[in-house]
Amino acid sequence: MSEIGKAASRRSVLKGSLAAGAAIAMPTIFTSQAKAAFLNDPGAASTVTLGFNVPQSGPYADEGADELRAYLLAVEHLNGEGDGGMMNTFSSKALKGNGILGKKVEYVTGDTQTKSDAARASAKSMIEKDGAIMITGGSSSGVAVAVQALCQEAGVIFMAGLTHSNDTTGKDKKANGFRHFFNSYMSGAALAPVLKNAYGTDRKAYHLTADYNWGYTTEEAVRTSTESMGWETVEAVKTPLAQTDFSSYITPVLQSDADVLVLNHYGGNMVNSLTNAVQFGLRDRVANGKNFEIIVPLYSRLMAKGAGANVKGIFGSTNWHWSLQDEASKAFVQSFGTKYGFPPSQAAHTCYVQALLYADAVERGGSFNPCSVVEALEGFEFDGMGNGPTLYRAEDHQCFKDVLVVKGKENPSSEFDLLEIVEVTPVAQVTYAPDHPQFAGGQLGTCNPGA
Amino acid sequence: MLGLNSKDQKLFLVVIVVTLLAPFILNPFPENSELAQFNAGYPDLMQRFAIFGIFAIGFNILFGLTGYLSFGHAAFLGVGSYAGVWMLKLLSMNVVPAIIMSVIFAGLFSLLVGFVSLRRSGIYFSILTLAFAQMSFALAYSVLTPITNGETGLQLALDDPRILGVSQIDGSIPPTNFFGLEMRDGFELALGPWVFTLNFGYYLCAVFVLGAFYLSMRIFNSPFGMMLRAIKTNQTRLPYTGMNPKPYTLAAFVISGMYAGLAGGLMVAMDPLAGAERMQWTASGEVVLMTILGGAGTLLGPLLGAGVIKYFENIFSKINDTILYEWFSFMPDGLQDVFVFLIHPFIGKGWHLTLGIMFMLVVIFLPGGVVEGGQRFMRLFKRGDKGSKSSGDAARSASPAE
Repeated sequence: MSEIGKAASRRSVLKGSLAAGAAIAMPTIFTSQAKAAFLNDPGAASTVTLGFNVPQSGPYADEGADELRAYLLAVEHLNGEGDGGMMNTFSSKALKGNGILGKKVEYVTGDTQTKSDAARASAKSMIEKDGAIMITGGSSSGVAVAVQALCQEAGVIFMAGLTHSNDTTGKDKKANGFRHFFNSYMSGAALAPVLKNAYGTDRKAYHLTADYNWGYTTEEAVRTSTESMGWETVEAVKTPLAQTDFSSYITPVLQSDADVLVLNHYGGNMVNSLTNAVQFGLRDRVANGKNFEIIVPLYSRLMAKGAGANVKGIFGSTNWHWSLQDEASKAFVQSFGTKYGFPPSQAAHTCYVQALLYADAVERGGSFNPCSVVEALEGFEFDGMGNGPTLYRAEDHQCFKDVLVVKGKENPSSEFDLLEIVEVTPVAQVTYAPDHPQFAGGQLGTCNPGA
Repeated sequence: MLGLNSKDQKLFLVVIVVTLLAPFILNPFPENSELAQFNAGYPDLMQRFAIFGIFAIGFNILFGLTGYLSFGHAAFLGVGSYAGVWMLKLLSMNVVPAIIMSVIFAGLFSLLVGFVSLRRSGIYFSILTLAFAQMSFALAYSVLTPITNGETGLQLALDDPRILGVSQIDGSIPPTNFFGLEMRDGFELALGPWVFTLNFGYYLCAVFVLGAFYLSMRIFNSPFGMMLRAIKTNQTRLPYTGMNPKPYTLAAFVISGMYAGLAGGLMVAMDPLAGAERMQWTASGEVVLMTILGGAGTLLGPLLGAGVIKYFENIFSKINDTILYEWFSFMPDGLQDVFVFLIHPFIGKGWHLTLGIMFMLVVIFLPGGVVEGGQRFMRLFKRGDKGSKSSGDAARSASPAE
């Protein structure tokens, strides 16, 4: 340490700079990443690690728990245990039940806490510490977008879980990210015709919108599609995400001349706002000579459960429902129910499908390299996953499939039987151009293999 | 040397050595062993240790020295992060301008908040800072969406201008770098079954944390630090002696705000995203916990506290039931289930519970935090030879927050 006190002599400066030069040159010798063609290459190992990054605490913990159940089921099926679930109905037969490319599937789990920062930290530790080759999960668009960007930067594949905002495959789309779930635009497009049949073309709508990204895109989507069939939007009010009592937002609805209330809320928000709206007697109200109606664009069984009897007769849309009668859905419900004793939610379904789709893409591409996976998934058409014929569009990595319009059941037979399917909107009706204004602005970029 | 007394010099040397060797110290278990689960030597977590260390050191300058308990420090971290990301978006992917702007913006914002909040002291001050932080959070979350990108968080895009750099390289966003040295890059050392990751990003953070630590040592020992301690001891007495405490508290507030800004800037330098949750009250509370857990008013305490909390958050939250079953696989089935059932609430999503219990134990039994625990431990061994002297020493340096 005595060196520091002395004035630097020419000799010590030379010595120092030599050492510094050597230190900078070192990394190029030792960089181990250079030998692999892509990040976290399992190489000759007998196992491969997937990262399941789901909310285990916070407002979407219920969805997260169900997602994790679905992932564990998917891992079982991939490794050839259990009854195989949707692997038997899946149109691609690349998966053989011997893991992925013969490697046994292992997994690590993490808690996103429904916070972008925590989700990224958890995903990063999976990538850096556990060597995860793919990250999947999440129950919020903010988290999905944040983790998707991280995976793009790091060079692993991201298979989004439940994320409904247009932006995930719109302005924030990434080459390494894929979404099976439907989006706000599709909800709007699927709901509009059903609403037209049920409530007519001359309606005045009042929107209550959760004040964050997903709320905005959902409001925009529903507004655009209802306005194009002749509805008028009276007012759109943003409500804070942390709001638990919506009475102060419902009172102005009573004073307006609206005859439809659209609740662009999700999770606990929707449970509370809908309950408030029903308590204020909106459902018994008659406005402009018509019955007052309430609409919830994005429905989930877990939400319906929270809102109880209030959901009866209320329209909404959903990605999948366990009461679907196709072979694939039946097989999935069967194997999920056998393992856990109750039917899966739509979050569980999309996560299970995403895990299988990833494994299948690796098998078909013959490599874990993210670029090979991207190539295998882009433009991939498949069937037998519970949503009918589905396309993974190459332009934005969004799945295009039928969308379900559902209604709260009048006489539920069990605590899981809360929604009934009103209509299966065909895929053609919810398809949009990749440069649609609601999705414009982003670029996919190119796939990043990490190394 | 370096303007430190010999005791602080030793402490600083130890901190330097530990910081530089962290990738080795934090990875004590071989890669393929069962215990590798507890290794913390991967880049992201090491960076977090350093970054939150800086955050807590800065907070300690305010809370540990003046006794002013700010419940809104996360706001400065957030402001710093947003400033940093904007620099990365607009200027270049070099982290230096981003970090500088983070510190400046956080400093300005803390000047504003401090000027208003410091008109009151005690609980009123805490509430005022909390209010400011929640306000910033709410603004960032919704009203200021064009600047902050709301709930999604501000992130880089392929079409950002980056005037001094490039917008994209082959369809990818260029990585953050320090004059060409990529933050996420590094090299791995495989020594037998051990794999150590030496990451450039971490070493940049390490340099900053050492600088921050050194500065805080100098502040602690300076006449300015003495003034701050006087404010903590008796605020009403000071004006009677002809001193005006206002400028001192404000200076301490701004300095700690700039530390928070530095932490925010480093955060985006390592991972270019700024989310609004960074400013939420829970984040402000976390830094308070870190400081108290480690030992408020001590030099080393905040650094240790930050390490403990981040370790729990990142390591314990990732232990799941499957791993537990592996650990107890040597037991008979029934017993295995019992043990897993007993431990289950404390791992995975239950890490908050474990941390909470530990925090309670520390506050009840070691009011001076982890540092006091360490000192008591040392005293056990020293009592034999020079008992009275060292215990006096410890009592002086441990002096916890009231």
